[in-house]
Amino acid sequence: MDLRIVNYGAGNIKSIQFAFQRLGFNAVLTFDADEILKADKVIFPGVGEASSAMKMLKKSGLDGLIPKLKQPVLGICLGMQLMCNYTEEGDTNGLGIFHTDVKRFSNKVKVPQMGWNTVKNLKSDLFKNIDEGDYMYLVHSYYAENCKESIATSDYEIEYASALENDNFFGVQFHPEKSGKAGARLLQNFLEL
Amino acid sequence: MLTKRIVPCLDIKDGRTVKGVNFVDLRDAGNPVELAKQYAELGADELVFLDISATQERRRTMHDMVLKVAEQINIPFTVGGGISSVEDVDDLLHCGADKVSINSSAVKRPELINEISQKFGSQCVVVAIDAKKIGEEWIVHLAGGTIPTEIRLFEWAMEVEERGAGEILFTSMNHDGTKAGFANGALAKLSELVNIPIIASGGAGTIQHFADTFIKGKADAALAASVFHFGEIPIIELKKELRKQNIEVRL
Repeated sequence: MDLRIVNYGAGNIKSIQFAFQRLGFNAVLTFDADEILKADKVIFPGVGEASSAMKMLKKSGLDGLIPKLKQPVLGICLGMQLMCNYTEEGDTNGLGIFHTDVKRFSNKVKVPQMGWNTVKNLKSDLFKNIDEGDYMYLVHSYYAENCKESIATSDYEIEYASALENDNFFGVQFHPEKSGKAGARLLQNFLEL
Repeated sequence: MLTKRIVPCLDIKDGRTVKGVNFVDLRDAGNPVELAKQYAELGADELVFLDISATQERRRTMHDMVLKVAEQINIPFTVGGGISSVEDVDDLLHCGADKVSINSSAVKRPELINEISQKFGSQCVVVAIDAKKIGEEWIVHLAGGTIPTEIRLFEWAMEVEERGAGEILFTSMNHDGTKAGFANGALAKLSELVNIPIIASGGAGTIQHFADTFIKGKADAALAASVFHFGEIPIIELKKELRKQNIEVRL
């Protein structure tokens, strides 16, 4: 399988590579448009700040390419948020793949949310053999509003979308590469889509 | 709901774990990678590696270790010890560390916190604070609690949050090593003053100490070393008891 991780300079992607390696797959880092187009599956990671990440995508032309992809694409953390319509972080327009907005948690709760939280209302094959109430590891200050493309929700201050799906596009707010057995299962499910 | 986190801490010297460990049958209890794998299996939520070596080779040794740990374990981990520049952080994150912990270097040059959080995001910056209660004041100390500073704990905590820290690891030097419980009064005050997660450290001796630090100390996570390394408190038993006391944990 030709598995590619979009490398646009966004944070700790080594861990994602290692997670696939533990499942027996070699995920290759790339920022080359042709390689991404040809890949069987694409991982769109992201750690850091939204507006500067979006600038990097624009600079490399990947902002136009990603929404046109036909193969399964998995956005992780900030990657998922950038696939939404809009994010309050840096007042940034996203790729418009998921039709929801990303907002900041209020100061009624500690920000960032950091640690293990449960996922529920699981809907997609991406969550095959993952149970309602299983724990995933999250670190984020902004959340995607719940919407009809939600395939999982979590509670922190409010109920928000912790995973999204639209056609061939998937996004998860949590870090499956750091979420123990349940996270590994999700990555395996993505490979089997 | 977001759970409270249980965080074993491993001291590393020259790429090996320092304190003896005898909670499981490991072929090599000094091997941090094997130990990390075991802890991940046994229900630890996160791990902290604290490098206390002082050799020329430390950077390379630490990088090798971080790479191997990242390759093997599927829970997040933090690396601390000797980190004093953005380049140090860049190297460690590229090797697969999720967060870095800075302590003395942040006290000496507080701008380091801003620099790291601006470049990599506040989620990866843990500021470790060692403090000792002298009279009525909590005073920040350096070098493992041996050198007092002029800085007061609560003011420093607010400053590090302002500068972009994503989390505070607070160790009470009055409680560390006593096994008499965490510094819950100071911890609760910290939690009220700042709006980032607080990791309690120093004083873990019994299961009830953990319950107390989550309830009375309002801590978001609790860190300990010897009670885990010597099997005095198995993490699973600890979490079962915490859940019995209605404290949210990952089981």
